[in-house]
Amino acid sequence: MWHGDYRFVLQNLILKDFKVRYRNMSLGMFWSLLNPLIMMTVLTLVYKRFMHIDTPGYSVAVLCGLVPFNFFTLAWSNGTTSLVENATLVKRVPIPREVVPISSVLSNCLNFLIQFGVLFAFTFIFGYRVSRAWLWMPLISFLFILFVLGLVLATAALDVYLRDMRYVVESANTVLFWLVPIIYGFEVIPDSFKELYSLNPIAAMVMALRRIIMEASAPAPSLVWKLALGSVVTLAAGWIIFRRLEHRFYDHL
Amino acid sequence: MDRIVFENVSKRFLLSGGRKLLRGHIRDLVKRADHECFYALRDVSFSLGEGQSLAVIGSNGAGKSTLLNMITRLCPPDDGRVTVNGRVSAMLELGSGFHPDLTGIENLRLNASLFGMSRKRTADLFEQIVDFSGVGEFITQPLRTYSAGMMMRLAFSVAIHIDPDILVVDEAFGVGDQAFQAKCVERMQAFRKAGKTMVCVSHAADTLRKMCDRAMWLDRGQVILEGDLEEVIAAYQGRTVARA
Repeated sequence: MWHGDYRFVLQNLILKDFKVRYRNMSLGMFWSLLNPLIMMTVLTLVYKRFMHIDTPGYSVAVLCGLVPFNFFTLAWSNGTTSLVENATLVKRVPIPREVVPISSVLSNCLNFLIQFGVLFAFTFIFGYRVSRAWLWMPLISFLFILFVLGLVLATAALDVYLRDMRYVVESANTVLFWLVPIIYGFEVIPDSFKELYSLNPIAAMVMALRRIIMEASAPAPSLVWKLALGSVVTLAAGWIIFRRLEHRFYDHL
Repeated sequence: MDRIVFENVSKRFLLSGGRKLLRGHIRDLVKRADHECFYALRDVSFSLGEGQSLAVIGSNGAGKSTLLNMITRLCPPDDGRVTVNGRVSAMLELGSGFHPDLTGIENLRLNASLFGMSRKRTADLFEQIVDFSGVGEFITQPLRTYSAGMMMRLAFSVAIHIDPDILVVDEAFGVGDQAFQAKCVERMQAFRKAGKTMVCVSHAADTLRKMCDRAMWLDRGQVILEGDLEEVIAAYQGRTVARA
């Protein structure tokens, strides 16, 4: 058994990830803000000027998609390689192994928070206002983070055995960009696919966020349930996979 | 009370070093080849009580580090059973958790927490740890500005301030200058007097004489001899000289 201070370790590992990432950038956190802004500008330009489609509040809708999706891709790919990248830690320091991928995801959450700041700024610029529905945001974000944690626990453990895992994740991220309502709205999905489509927790997160910010109303209960179900199932599966695979990490790192 | 008990412990490693890529796994499925493996440890048994300290000697690749890793539970055995009672602190590769871009303070806190120190204890012992390491005002600088010796001293200083029941040390004595080494030996001897259990790996017989009373000689994963420190060292050195 490990007798240490679990929260103290997590806190230090999260701060380490975060500090290391930003200390090596001359503009620091500015980059975190810039990325979604550039994407939003380009997508809005293509949509409005090239394709001549005029949807009200398109820029905010795009940001509602980009912010969770950016967090997802970064957290998933960083988390997947976290065990292999911290091999010296996993092999040489007797800590509970799951703290490595968990802290990797949580340090990306700080980034997620900053990007939320960008989203809020544009929300106000485009004339949307804070409403009571905003109280839903912490809950759906929490569920969404649980989903990412579960996914990362599974793929990080698999990456130790199969170093190809990170390429699978990269490709999956590219595909997912089109399977999440970022550049389009949920209404374009054919009715027969709507159920299946909204089972994807990333899609559910974006749909809920758009509804909260752009329609100032609570997300549909069925959607929140789907998100909760997807998150809990993924987390449980990820945990079980991690526990089963961790015994042989030492041999494979 | 027995702190560490090994019962017929064996550990095998695949010579391929494990399959790391998909193509390797597919080839295994198709060919069903038996992998060659070698024994890092074979049928090792011993027990160590409170206040006892064991030196593990042997040539490179004899299985010494694997044995230490098993005590820390980093490495599970393939056969047999390892029982460890108490808190273990390990000085394996010192500075494993360090990051060059973090300052000395940040690395100190991170490493202390990894070693299992609580937030409060880290804060209480902070001054002592910095003092012992002797890195002075460099403590606020990023670790990459440290000399190799300074970095090791900081790592060692953190490790020695954890209060474990069992201390596992892998070649960590050659750290720092003579004054620092003397300080470390003194610290370890105090540790031993306090009734703690120690397992040390080193190639320096003189250092081991200061720390340990028993010794175990490993060769290719098997125990050749175990017993009184001087006897085992004499036998080991006799054999090595005879071979050379």
